[in-house]
Amino acid sequence: MTIDLTQFHDAFFEESFEALDSMEAALLKLDIGAPDRELINTIFRVAHSIKGGSATFGFSDIASFTHSLETLLDELRSASMQVTLPMSDLLLRSVDVMRAMLRAVQAKQPIDAQRVSDLQFDLELMIAQKSAAPMPSAGPAPCASPAAALAGSQQAPAPSPAPQAAATPSATATATSAEPAASAAASRPPGKRWQISFRPYRELFARGNDPLRMMRELAELGHLVVRVDTTALPPLSELEPSECHLAWTLELTGDAREEAIRQVFEWAEGDCELMIAGIDAGSPASEILATAGAPLAIKTGAPSDANAAADAILSAASAPVPASKPETAAKADAKAEGQVTTIGDSGSIRVSVEKIDELMNTVGELVITQAMLSQLGTQIEGATAEKLRAGLAQLERNMRELQESVMRVRMLPITFVFSRFPRMVRDLAQRLGKQIELKLTGEQTELDKTVLEKIGDPLVHLVRNSIDHGIESPEVRAAAGKPAFGTVHLDACHRGGNIAVEVSDDGAGLDKDRILAKARARGLVGANDQLTDEQIHELIFLPGFSTAEKTTDVSGRGVGMDVVRRNVKELGGKIELRTERGRGSRFVITLPLTLAIVDGQSVAVGSETYIVPLISIVESMQLKSSNVSRLSGRGEVFSFRGDYLPIIRLHDLYGVEPLTRNLHEGLVVVAEGEGRRVGLFVDDLLGQQQVVIKSLEANYGHVEGVSGATILGDGSVALILDVPGIIRAASLRAVA
Amino acid sequence: MSTSGSGNGQGRPEQAVAGAGSHQVLTFVLGNETYGVDILRVQEIRGWSAVTKIPHAPAHVLGVLNLRGSIVPIVDLRMRFALERAEYTAITVIIVVSVSSPAGRRDFGVVVDGVSDVVDVNSAEVKPAPDLGSRSATDFIRGLVPVSDRMVVLLDIDRLISGEMSAVSANTLDTTDAALTASAA
Repeated sequence: MTIDLTQFHDAFFEESFEALDSMEAALLKLDIGAPDRELINTIFRVAHSIKGGSATFGFSDIASFTHSLETLLDELRSASMQVTLPMSDLLLRSVDVMRAMLRAVQAKQPIDAQRVSDLQFDLELMIAQKSAAPMPSAGPAPCASPAAALAGSQQAPAPSPAPQAAATPSATATATSAEPAASAAASRPPGKRWQISFRPYRELFARGNDPLRMMRELAELGHLVVRVDTTALPPLSELEPSECHLAWTLELTGDAREEAIRQVFEWAEGDCELMIAGIDAGSPASEILATAGAPLAIKTGAPSDANAAADAILSAASAPVPASKPETAAKADAKAEGQVTTIGDSGSIRVSVEKIDELMNTVGELVITQAMLSQLGTQIEGATAEKLRAGLAQLERNMRELQESVMRVRMLPITFVFSRFPRMVRDLAQRLGKQIELKLTGEQTELDKTVLEKIGDPLVHLVRNSIDHGIESPEVRAAAGKPAFGTVHLDACHRGGNIAVEVSDDGAGLDKDRILAKARARGLVGANDQLTDEQIHELIFLPGFSTAEKTTDVSGRGVGMDVVRRNVKELGGKIELRTERGRGSRFVITLPLTLAIVDGQSVAVGSETYIVPLISIVESMQLKSSNVSRLSGRGEVFSFRGDYLPIIRLHDLYGVEPLTRNLHEGLVVVAEGEGRRVGLFVDDLLGQQQVVIKSLEANYGHVEGVSGATILGDGSVALILDVPGIIRAASLRAVA
Repeated sequence: MSTSGSGNGQGRPEQAVAGAGSHQVLTFVLGNETYGVDILRVQEIRGWSAVTKIPHAPAHVLGVLNLRGSIVPIVDLRMRFALERAEYTAITVIIVVSVSSPAGRRDFGVVVDGVSDVVDVNSAEVKPAPDLGSRSATDFIRGLVPVSDRMVVLLDIDRLISGEMSAVSANTLDTTDAALTASAA
């Protein structure tokens, strides 16, 4: 009988990726020569938990690799090896490889075995170099040589004799009660003895913890005697195999320090009652055994696997449970001098986006209901009407607060995006032979998760550009009287209803003359045209435009700035550039805080209401028949500030019967998108309001010219115009 | 013709039914016919209210409605089944069903003349739809089952609606002909 572990895979991957991010961050902060102990511990913990998790889930390649890594990290932790630059590079590469392996396993694709084994070889080489050199041994090192590391990691799952032994509890119990004292005396120097009471909560397994693994690890620290308390075990018919009903009393004899023992239980700490107590070496073992009163013992150290453990649990369940009282274990707890460790919840919880969206929907509905009630309230007369209206006003305030709070739930600090840059800057700087300091500020600025996900790539591109084109090599900088270290600065802050993200550097800045020369050479600008600075800056956002003299693998292919601008515009934002030759350049991206809400202008066409996003509206006007003309029967244009703009009749576009087809009887909304302007012909303008964007695609599908829908105050649905889409379609037709 | 076991006949619809055992079906009336959908698929039954039209939608997709914050398309089953068109009145009913499609769960509203009853249907009694020549005509019919003295047509709502969706995407390709003739530059 096996437990279906796949249900925990998602959580494992998610947590592992997060853990790798924190490991990477810690590695980057690590000072060569004088490493911070806490950082090394963080790094070690990540490797340790990924190893444990992947072994539990049977991802043996990952487990094997992380084991080698862990061995190396353990050397660092015990300070028997020093952190060097090659070492930190190696560790960073290990992070990459682990991430790649996890991704591959997650996507159920084969792991790049060559890359893994190469790196694993390097890791073991480094460990071996240490082992070869005479080093003072500090603290217990479970695996001192690469050979041992390999042997440990490749430990094949073999059937263990333990389950069979477990089937006869009474016999084993008597056998082991004599054993610890004897074997401790015979094979080991008499060290300190620890009594550990480990009483996991039922959900222990669900958190990916494997008691067997922990005990095996403990067994590495010294001689271990394990006793299982099966008193909490329900009858087999009621047994839920994915829950842990067992408790253990462990006795460890050896040189282990308390921290080392606690380390073993580190990941189970929140899921169990743990008590660790030191016992004088002199006190007789039998006394403790008697108080523990555990009916069943499994001796660890023998190779066995998770299935064997499950078997053991089952066979224990089928064996008659001896009539020992559960209180004995409790007494043992009370007697020992340790403290019960239970780690409380951290400050955050993981919630799926779906749940939040559901919450937002419900709140949206509430707002509509509340608006309806408010309207009713104004019509009511009588003695209680005033009270009712006061109550409704209160309700409205509370609703608004509720809505804002729910919106805020979707907001995440921008540090989720910024955190990838230290590594990227470090790698790029090394590759390009530049010295660069990355400054991050405003990391706690919050913005909507959807915006956050989409702003990453444009920012990466801007930062790469800054490093490749902006920051000069140290020699050039020295010659220009600048500090050898170039600075790239990422900043985020709130500005009104928007968020501004800045990427600035103190590099060479943009060379206006070169841009202009290049543009002239390519015929983008006439030879005698005079351009303002802004117009020249605009040029770099053109597709295919690059002034880099040679293309590197970092940048210069001319693909990019136009994509950056398009991405930013898709998010409803804009990008600006300020630059000064020799002093550096600064890109400022301004984005809306959220994609869930848009400022809209409601327009009426026939009986339908549509929302035009305010950001794309230039102005609205009434046409005189004198400034409308038809172009060779193909379409209508009107003059607008010296330009002729095409007219798109919304009633034709959406197939609605309008109030009027006469252009001068309706209104024209001048809208802008994709760098072009058009006039949208509508019957009337209704009003401006913030609307919550809902997806049409969730239940229906994409509709051309419509970016989404929203729910109006009366509960009806209005479609939101996709102005760039409409213009794109119109210009496609114009070309055709 | 396989004659094994229950004698349900053969073919795909029968297999889908055979696994289900006895289940409950919501029956509704369209014209003179009675149809049934699996009750577990029914999200909600609500009265008719005005819908917002979707541009370029197939004729039987009437538009979208706000269903507790999500936008739900509404399909007129009379038009889908090429029945005579009926007026929408205050007693016209919309049954909101959820279907599973390749793109995940979708909610759809279907306009029917009226909801009749919830009946228990024994899978053994379900007869396969007769072959009417055209496969597509009976594709969304899971089978026929007699309930009291009437014949209830059991709908395979997933097939019905996935047919819808392909119709929608085919339709959007042919979109904006009349509309976007405006072109100057």
